[in-house]
Amino acid sequence: MDPIKESLLKTSRKAKQEKFGKLVTFLCILLIMVMVVAIILFVSLKGMATFVVNHVSPFDFFFGVNWNPSAKPPQVGALPMFLGSFIVTILAALIATPFAIGAATFMTEIAPRTGKKILQPVMELLVGIPSVVYGFVGLAVFVPITRHLFGGSGFGIFTATLVLFLMVLPTITSMTTDALNSVPRNYRESSLALGATQFQTIYKVVWRAATPGIMTAVVFGMSRAFGEALAVQMVIGNAALMPTSLTSPAATLTSILTMGIGNSVSGTLENNAIWSLALLLLLMSLVFNSLVRWIGKRSSLK
Amino acid sequence: MALIKTTNLNLYYGKFEALHSISIEFEKHQISALIGPSGCGKSTYLRTLNRMNDLIPNVTITGKTIIGNTDIYAPNTDVTKLRKKVGMVFQQPNPFPFSIYENVVYGLKLAGLKDKEKLSEICEQSLKEAAVWDDVKDKLNDSALGLSGGQQQRVCIARVLAVKPEIILLDEPTSALDPISTNKIEDTLLKMKEHYTMIMVTHNMHQASRIADMTAFFLQGKLIEFDKTSKMFLNPQKKETQDYISGRFG
Repeated sequence: MDPIKESLLKTSRKAKQEKFGKLVTFLCILLIMVMVVAIILFVSLKGMATFVVNHVSPFDFFFGVNWNPSAKPPQVGALPMFLGSFIVTILAALIATPFAIGAATFMTEIAPRTGKKILQPVMELLVGIPSVVYGFVGLAVFVPITRHLFGGSGFGIFTATLVLFLMVLPTITSMTTDALNSVPRNYRESSLALGATQFQTIYKVVWRAATPGIMTAVVFGMSRAFGEALAVQMVIGNAALMPTSLTSPAATLTSILTMGIGNSVSGTLENNAIWSLALLLLLMSLVFNSLVRWIGKRSSLK
Repeated sequence: MALIKTTNLNLYYGKFEALHSISIEFEKHQISALIGPSGCGKSTYLRTLNRMNDLIPNVTITGKTIIGNTDIYAPNTDVTKLRKKVGMVFQQPNPFPFSIYENVVYGLKLAGLKDKEKLSEICEQSLKEAAVWDDVKDKLNDSALGLSGGQQQRVCIARVLAVKPEIILLDEPTSALDPISTNKIEDTLLKMKEHYTMIMVTHNMHQASRIADMTAFFLQGKLIEFDKTSKMFLNPQKKETQDYISGRFG
């Protein structure tokens, strides 16, 4: 065989390298895929045990208002925590969003240079602060203030909302900043060229064009608030009761989870019920994630 | 009397002098073309006329520009009013990501016009003037981003016409478009000449010779020559103009 034909028929070193590279990256993604599937399967199996092994009806679980799995007979109504989680999340997002939009607008439209140099790094620093620190701040500052203002213990949904507001504000702000920055410059120029003031340009064009991005930021902040355990647990009071007022102790899915998982024996109804809460939490974060994707997809169709 | 009169205009980006002592006058209801190689200052000059250069930090401008009877760089100038009077069409078709209708009435709504009938009336009239009405009349509520580039550019022209400017600045309005769309836009501009004064930056020499009454040649921040288009192309006075037009450089 002549050398040219031979070299063409043999796999070259570069082709082998190419294959090897592809294999390595594939293995990496495979590991992540396996982990995700395993976690979902594991939590689902454990979480379903409440209904399958202990024969609790899902209706009682979702709509029951009493949570006391160690009582006789056990009560496993998750509604108080579900509501607690929802209320703190939505309130925190409602308060944080206007502030976030205001701050992001300042950083991108009013003072873009200071924004990029100083404000954005500060925001990113805030995103990285561990949640226990936020919890401590809540415990040391917000709990006493709430106690003074509204009486009671100071623990409750109101205080948890404030702590979560602090926590999600930087997240929402920094994502909103990205959304505003990605609005093409020529939208602003053509609006100004039509005789708009800068403020009109911001609220009629920039905000509107950035709406999908801002919504993604808000949902992302909400999913962070919904999943936050430690900081909330430190200030909410952890009473698994139907929330009746903003300043009385309440509980969220995550706070009951972290409190209960170490204090129950594996295989008991008490333990299984907590796994069911975890399953609920996992499903909710899937919902939030799909919401983010859905918003992103809808806006890119335009 | 000339509608636009610039005298001894200098413009600096920081310390760099981008325009040297420009003096030029434009008459009413004419199309004037600004030609010259990239970076010669023609776009920069165009943007001094509606003060879009204000948006760039570190720009200093000396000299005078008078539109109508007003010095547009006087300290008490209302820039938003100036920009309503002096509209601008950009190089890239840049409709807002809204419906066609909302794009056209944007400037009117800014001015506080709320009457729906009046808005639709002006919308239709502007789109007709910009020769794009037949293309879009059945889809006024669709996103403007769904149109072709040429249609988008004509919607942008309609958006400018809706606020009834006196002067329209065009910054290479067809350089991002195919020849057919270019042709349509040129026809539109020629029809608009009756009512508007237009100043257009273009890289396309044939375009200048086709539609401009007057042509100005810029080179390295200086105005080299400004005259009737026919004279500029057939019998330019300056050697630089001659060289540029005949394609010897640039």
